[in-house]
Amino acid sequence: MSGSPAEAPRTINIAILAMGGEGGGVLADWLVDLAEHAGWIAQTTSVPGVAQRTGATIYYVELFPGGAPDAPRPVLALMPFPGEVDVVIASELMEAGRALQRGLVTAERTTLIASTHRVYSMTEKTAMGDGRVDADALVAAGRAAAKRACFGDFALAAESVGSVIGASLFGAIAGAGCLPFTRPQFEDAIRRAGVGVEPSLKAFAAGEGLVISPLPPKPAAPAMAEPPVGPRLAPLAARVRATFPTGTVPIILHGLLRLADYQDVAYAEAYVQRLETLRVARGCTDRLVETVARYLALWMSYEDTIRVADLKTRATRFDRVRGEVRLAKDQLLDIHEYLHPRVQEIADTLPAGLGRWLLATGWARRGVERVASKGRIVRTSSVRGFLMLYAVASLRRIRRSTLRFVEEHSRIDAWLALVGGTAASDAELAIAIAECQRLVKGYGDTHARGLANYNTVIAQVPRLNGHPDAAATLRRLRDAALADEQGSKLAAAVAAMSIAPAAATATA
Amino acid sequence: MAERSFKTEVQKLRLGAGEEFRGEGILAVTKALLESGVSYVAGYQGAPISHLMDVLADANDILAELGVHFEHSASEATATATLAASVHTPLRGAVTFKSTVGTNVASDALANLASGGVTGGALIIVGEDYGEGSSIMQERSHAFAMKSQVWLLDPRPNLPCIVAAVQHGFALSEASRTPVMLELRIRACHVHGSFVAKDNVRPAYTLKDAIERPLRDTSRIVLPPASYLHEQEKITQRWPAAVQYIRDHGLNEFFAEGAQDFGIVLQGGMYNNVIRALELLGLADAWGHSRVPLYVMNVTYPIVDEELTRFCAGKRAVLMVEEGQPDFIEQQVNTTLRRADVQTRVHGKDCLPMAGEYTGGVMLQGITKFIEQVAPSLLEGRPLPRAAKPATAPVPAAKEVHPRPPSFCTGCPERPIFTAMKLVERELGPHHVSCDIGCHLFSILPPFELGATTMGYGLGWAGAAALNTTETRKRTLSFMGDGGFWHNGLTSGVGNAVFNKTDNVLVIVDNSYSAATGGQDILSSRADNPIRATRNSIEKAVRGVGVEWVRTVTHTYSVAEMRDTLREALTTPVKGPKVVIAQSECMLNRQRREKPAFRQLVKSGQRAVRERFGVDPDTCTGDHSCIRLSGCPSLTIRDNPDPLRTDPVAAVIDSCVGCGLCGEVSHAAVLCPSFYRAALIHNPTRWDRFVAGVRARVIGFFQRRIERRLAGIGP
Repeated sequence: MSGSPAEAPRTINIAILAMGGEGGGVLADWLVDLAEHAGWIAQTTSVPGVAQRTGATIYYVELFPGGAPDAPRPVLALMPFPGEVDVVIASELMEAGRALQRGLVTAERTTLIASTHRVYSMTEKTAMGDGRVDADALVAAGRAAAKRACFGDFALAAESVGSVIGASLFGAIAGAGCLPFTRPQFEDAIRRAGVGVEPSLKAFAAGEGLVISPLPPKPAAPAMAEPPVGPRLAPLAARVRATFPTGTVPIILHGLLRLADYQDVAYAEAYVQRLETLRVARGCTDRLVETVARYLALWMSYEDTIRVADLKTRATRFDRVRGEVRLAKDQLLDIHEYLHPRVQEIADTLPAGLGRWLLATGWARRGVERVASKGRIVRTSSVRGFLMLYAVASLRRIRRSTLRFVEEHSRIDAWLALVGGTAASDAELAIAIAECQRLVKGYGDTHARGLANYNTVIAQVPRLNGHPDAAATLRRLRDAALADEQGSKLAAAVAAMSIAPAAATATA
Repeated sequence: MAERSFKTEVQKLRLGAGEEFRGEGILAVTKALLESGVSYVAGYQGAPISHLMDVLADANDILAELGVHFEHSASEATATATLAASVHTPLRGAVTFKSTVGTNVASDALANLASGGVTGGALIIVGEDYGEGSSIMQERSHAFAMKSQVWLLDPRPNLPCIVAAVQHGFALSEASRTPVMLELRIRACHVHGSFVAKDNVRPAYTLKDAIERPLRDTSRIVLPPASYLHEQEKITQRWPAAVQYIRDHGLNEFFAEGAQDFGIVLQGGMYNNVIRALELLGLADAWGHSRVPLYVMNVTYPIVDEELTRFCAGKRAVLMVEEGQPDFIEQQVNTTLRRADVQTRVHGKDCLPMAGEYTGGVMLQGITKFIEQVAPSLLEGRPLPRAAKPATAPVPAAKEVHPRPPSFCTGCPERPIFTAMKLVERELGPHHVSCDIGCHLFSILPPFELGATTMGYGLGWAGAAALNTTETRKRTLSFMGDGGFWHNGLTSGVGNAVFNKTDNVLVIVDNSYSAATGGQDILSSRADNPIRATRNSIEKAVRGVGVEWVRTVTHTYSVAEMRDTLREALTTPVKGPKVVIAQSECMLNRQRREKPAFRQLVKSGQRAVRERFGVDPDTCTGDHSCIRLSGCPSLTIRDNPDPLRTDPVAAVIDSCVGCGLCGEVSHAAVLCPSFYRAALIHNPTRWDRFVAGVRARVIGFFQRRIERRLAGIGP
């Protein structure tokens, strides 16, 4: 044995947690090259294979101070030992969480360098509502576990200079000063690799900068502020401020803006009137007003073909797309829309009588169906495509007479009546009913499914009335409706519910 | 061509005596083969030995100089049968494949080869795909070595030891007339290290010699009565010869043999992590100087009884470190010691787990448990490392971390096939789906969740063979990749279905490559390959074995066509086997070719159009149906910019390759109008600019009208 354990030279152990195809291998190779050129002995291993295909994977690097060329070689491990890792690099926030779970991050030893950007898991992405995990909890857990934690959006840092995250993370390692190498040594490793050197060096500097002077943490989202309104809405806004409790004003103003944009100022006024009616209903609370204000605005701005055409033709939308696809100055842009108006949507946009006739008349319906059986690609950036959508958007003038308008507003009225009627006996249930509007969203089959779920859930209200758990039960049903596409969770939840009141009666 | 190019690494194969070779373990094996005077190499790609095949393919010039023949075998059985060239001749040959899946396929040839034995060295390099990152059933290659009596090398996982194992492997094979398996675990295949090279050797006896002066010896052929003699010969001659070679050349290693009255017996492949565990316990240093006696079995089959008894004699106890199960070696160690009447207590699976990979933490805990039993005083005076005991603290951020299994890549042409199948199931209800091996197997995972069984490479249709009855009109659906099809699916699946008059449906996913193993070419690849014959049609082959109902979809991204074809196959009144060939090139390979070409085009100032998709956040309602029908990595979610909405909206990120699926899905499934396709015109022509100018004026006029309508509503 050479000396006591405390003095014995030991390896520097580095684990890189990444997803396949993210360049974790390149980062590991840079580290090896960096160390070897600095006279260290370096070893890296990984488990490529199918894990490469976007799955989570680990690259593991060990470094050992070198000696003379003929000095004995150290024995380096092929995988990280929990608790024995000096640097953990996570190319994404959930992967940092995975490093914690694997016990790789310890307060005695580990510098954790993790990118805070998210690459959402399939579970998060496929949720019918919001299935995202709590990012703050991941950051907090990382800070709690590590000796030193360096969080930053290294993906953004790399992207903003046209490079990839491996380079900014390499910079972060340099910035964290957790390896015994100098900045020029790091940079030389990038230069030696010889691929995309300039952008890599920029990303390296950006990543290093993020660690040396981290951005201040984002302030907690402030409570919703009053949006500024234009002169045409000023009188309505004044009326809202005069009539409604201060806390509910911002959201109502948002509603006003949305509906005036959607239809016209009169439509926005109809929205305020509906809220005023609710406001004076017996048992109405501020929270109920706030909840209804949100969902009423969403419902009244239901997405019909007119709305879609309107939004797609605006100059602001063209600008947004240009930004989104990062159009350079010397490039041109074509925008193609994927639209599929079916006979239902066409009937929806006709005056109510005509629309009902079309849906009910076999030959007419079949005729339209033949034309509308296939989806259409409309080039909004061409004169022809633009004018077509512009014409559809102009139907806004007859919107109040359309079949869809009539149907939606009768549903809205029924919903408001139910909410208002329930408030007196159970304010919380009234809020839960109002929240059920969330179920109705989307287009085509998605909309039909959402509406069916909404009807199923709302149909339970009479049975829940007077029950102490009514609001909670209704919310459970709502969540069940959002749990799967086939509606099996909702059906099960409703079936399970039918037993509960009976049992309650039996014991009473 | 393969996913990774080794054109630069290949030059390392030319290194001469005394020069330092630096690189991956599997490349070191390739170099060692050339240094050993190998005459032919064959194999079937698959992690973790894909790179060996890819390097050899890129090194064809160097191989030609040395007179080495290299084949991409049709299957692992083909590869192993290739070793027949060494039965009568002194030709040295090597084959390689993934294990145990490849060894399963190879075992018929392996058993025949092992029975008659070999004259020239025959080396089988198996990539042991076991533990983390593995994509296959967890079994051991060890059993194959035992059953066919071929020798199994499991060297210490560093480059000099691996290279020595290759060289000794050939010599051992020749000394004992027995094929030798060299087992390399995933991490050893991919470990970066260095070794001192030797000159490459051009074999003295060549393939030409073997062809021109054919040799035969009936005593080497597996036919009675020779086969009975082979069995005797294995025991009476080949085994002792092997043991003699192993002992004479010190293939197994002893460290600190007399340091304690206990010790550790280990597979060579376990060495580095055993040393690290001992180091953490203060019982070894970083250079591997152990204070605990070690007997390292670089040959794990056969066991050298004399060495084992020598190591154990006088020791109270030994720990057998043997990864995986059954505990073949531990059983053998017990038997050997019992027969020799050595009273050493054998620990092993009582300290270490019977099943599963021996990761760092597992190894450390097992060795700690052993030392605590046999010599607790050695652990006194210093705190145990954190991982020496099972973790008791609650797992941090448990619910924030989701599993992240591999999935289809951005723009993968296989995704729309399963999107189409989901749409068909909405109409026709769920079907029994039999899967195969390949990227398409990811259909089993979310968001598609299609597939009930997978029985092996090329066995997708065979896996549904029993579900064939006239009592129902409902059909089963099987999948098979082009790789599996040529590997054996043409006969075991398609031929079988024709002969047994099935009425069911097979979808052959034809993406032009053996994609899951790294994009190697196969018979039906559509690119030219200078050393292989490509462009052989799957449809012709299918029709050739008697399938009459065949539909080829040449653009899988047209979801409607794909859906209609699948629906037709599942509902047509036509009886008999039905095959749908779904063709589109693997996007990973396509992008590897097209991206640089596109950049070049743009750089040279020529007009070039790049397409990508996007989502309008103001019309997206955050239901994510589109994601549930796709799962593309480039189709994700982000915060809803709408102050009134909370559910995140769908979003397409810049990695989008514009494959078209998002648009097709929103059409075929009538989803929503939020998707748009953006075409970015680089280096537009004068005409482009003129048209754009006219459009901007007309559209601008109307857009100003919209703005006037909205004026005064917002600030």
